[in-house]
Amino acid sequence: MWDYVKLIVLGTIALCGAVAANYARDFGYEVHAILITVVAAGMFVWQLRRIDEPKPVPTDEYLDGVIRAGVIATMFWGVVGMLAGVFIASQLAFPSLNFIWAHGYLNFGRLRPVHTSGVIFAFGGNALLATSFYVVQRTSAARLWGGNLAWFVFWGYNLFIVLAASGYVMGVTQAKEYAEPEWYMDLWLTIVWLAYLAVFLGTIIKRKEPHIYVANWFYLSFIVTIAMLHVFNNLSIPVSIFGSKSVQVFSGVQDMMVQWWYGHNAVGFFLTAGFLGMMYYFVPKQAERPVYSYKLSIIHFWALIFLYIWAGPHHLHYTALPDWASTLGMVFSIMLWMPSWGGMINGLMTLSGAWDKLRTDPIMRMMVVSVGFYGMSTFEGPMMSIKAVNSLSHYTDWTIGHVHSGALGWNGMITFGALYFLTPRLWNRDRLYSLKLVSWHFWLATIGIVLYASSMWVSGIMEGLMWREVDAQGYLVNSFADTVAARFPMLVTRATGGSLYLTGVLIMAFNLWKTATAMPEKAPAATAVPAE
Amino acid sequence: METFNQMQEFAESWALVFLTVVFVAAVVWALWPGKSRDQDDAARLIFRNEDRPASDKPVHKEA
Repeated sequence: MWDYVKLIVLGTIALCGAVAANYARDFGYEVHAILITVVAAGMFVWQLRRIDEPKPVPTDEYLDGVIRAGVIATMFWGVVGMLAGVFIASQLAFPSLNFIWAHGYLNFGRLRPVHTSGVIFAFGGNALLATSFYVVQRTSAARLWGGNLAWFVFWGYNLFIVLAASGYVMGVTQAKEYAEPEWYMDLWLTIVWLAYLAVFLGTIIKRKEPHIYVANWFYLSFIVTIAMLHVFNNLSIPVSIFGSKSVQVFSGVQDMMVQWWYGHNAVGFFLTAGFLGMMYYFVPKQAERPVYSYKLSIIHFWALIFLYIWAGPHHLHYTALPDWASTLGMVFSIMLWMPSWGGMINGLMTLSGAWDKLRTDPIMRMMVVSVGFYGMSTFEGPMMSIKAVNSLSHYTDWTIGHVHSGALGWNGMITFGALYFLTPRLWNRDRLYSLKLVSWHFWLATIGIVLYASSMWVSGIMEGLMWREVDAQGYLVNSFADTVAARFPMLVTRATGGSLYLTGVLIMAFNLWKTATAMPEKAPAATAVPAE
Repeated sequence: METFNQMQEFAESWALVFLTVVFVAAVVWALWPGKSRDQDDAARLIFRNEDRPASDKPVHKEA
């Protein structure tokens, strides 16, 4: 019965897609409509060929296929997103890379959201999907709820990413930073995200462990908050249902505040809470010790989610936003120091008594550096949110440096650690293909981040000082073009750092590929019952 | 403006009190004496059920 419903739905989508492609008002929308038609029609045929076949559902094992797919997707999007990043960094240093023949498609403005969405939502998002499905099953001792709904979430999310990224190149964007996808993609993501929530919550509800492990709290807060942020920031009315353009419901300063309420909590809940879920599972697992203080982890959780949601206005200092609102954002940002550092200490101290692992285990080293960068960027962020500091740092490269020490250092490194942890287990291998290559990856990534962050500090502070420099008569000393010229060496250093980081990721991709394909299967272990 | 003022008044009073109370309650709950045993058990649950789900029988906690 359910199979027939699926057929009807897929057929209807394919038909509507074809109609929409026919009436399309703009090029990007037309391409997307054709893409959706092809995908739906393909799935229709695939569904038709296996209709009424019995589908046995094993209940005594975890649903790991979707996690394997998630690991592959994370790797793939990581390479794509970071390649885009290195390319646009090079475009900034060498503007001639904005090729004339590719104007309107591959210039900086079009590729920049491909990079940001590619690394945050495609790389980070797939990592969060895969690890959350892994962690929630292991800590609940239950198979994922909802049968193949997890597969729908995975493919649905990746379809969203393909639509979004291809849309950016064709100019389909609502021009909201980190929320660029247009209305029909937003609607689709809402459906996928609610399915994600259902799978995650359903698994927690049918758990066999009495307690909900703290990592699941972080993951759940990430899923719920992102749903809320996504809906409110994308309240818009399409100009035509046959066109990609939409108009925001909020306008002016309200729109700006909602945008940065969204934008900062995308950092706070997507890139922090979700990845803290990873930290609270994979760091103790890799260290083979329970988390340093479970009490601290609970307080970390509540303090973080109570404070983060108010920090958004610090993106809008010295704008049309009322002073009290931007002061509020600043104060809450500074208070965030406490839970952030509490969490960092909790992660690092998990190694107490096992610090020797840092010498022998490059994966552990990666995770520790990651938590260290979490501490550093959550120190830097509140500092930059102080109005006096912000008047120097805002709109300069310092912000870019800050974002990347968080994204490359914290999010990237913890994801790499998790992928190195997961791959041998998911493909049932004894160990990784090569630990030496992990060491190479570690050093390339670390040196890359150091080059990146330090060059952006120098460049950013220089820009800030040059912009505000006035002579004795009160005239500005530098033109904007002067500051652009002065940045050149730092921009080249930044692109170099990014290239090193990307090289590390390519080495990881090779290493994981070899682990899955060239290593012998793990011998079935003698049934060992843990002595609990 | 009327709606805004009402919202503002509510946010500055009851909503603020409510959020603060919930937060303090969460911290007190985490630090409540006698919970350490359960919390230690929770911290160690990641080392169980690595390879397959628990059987359908309810989990019996050892005495």
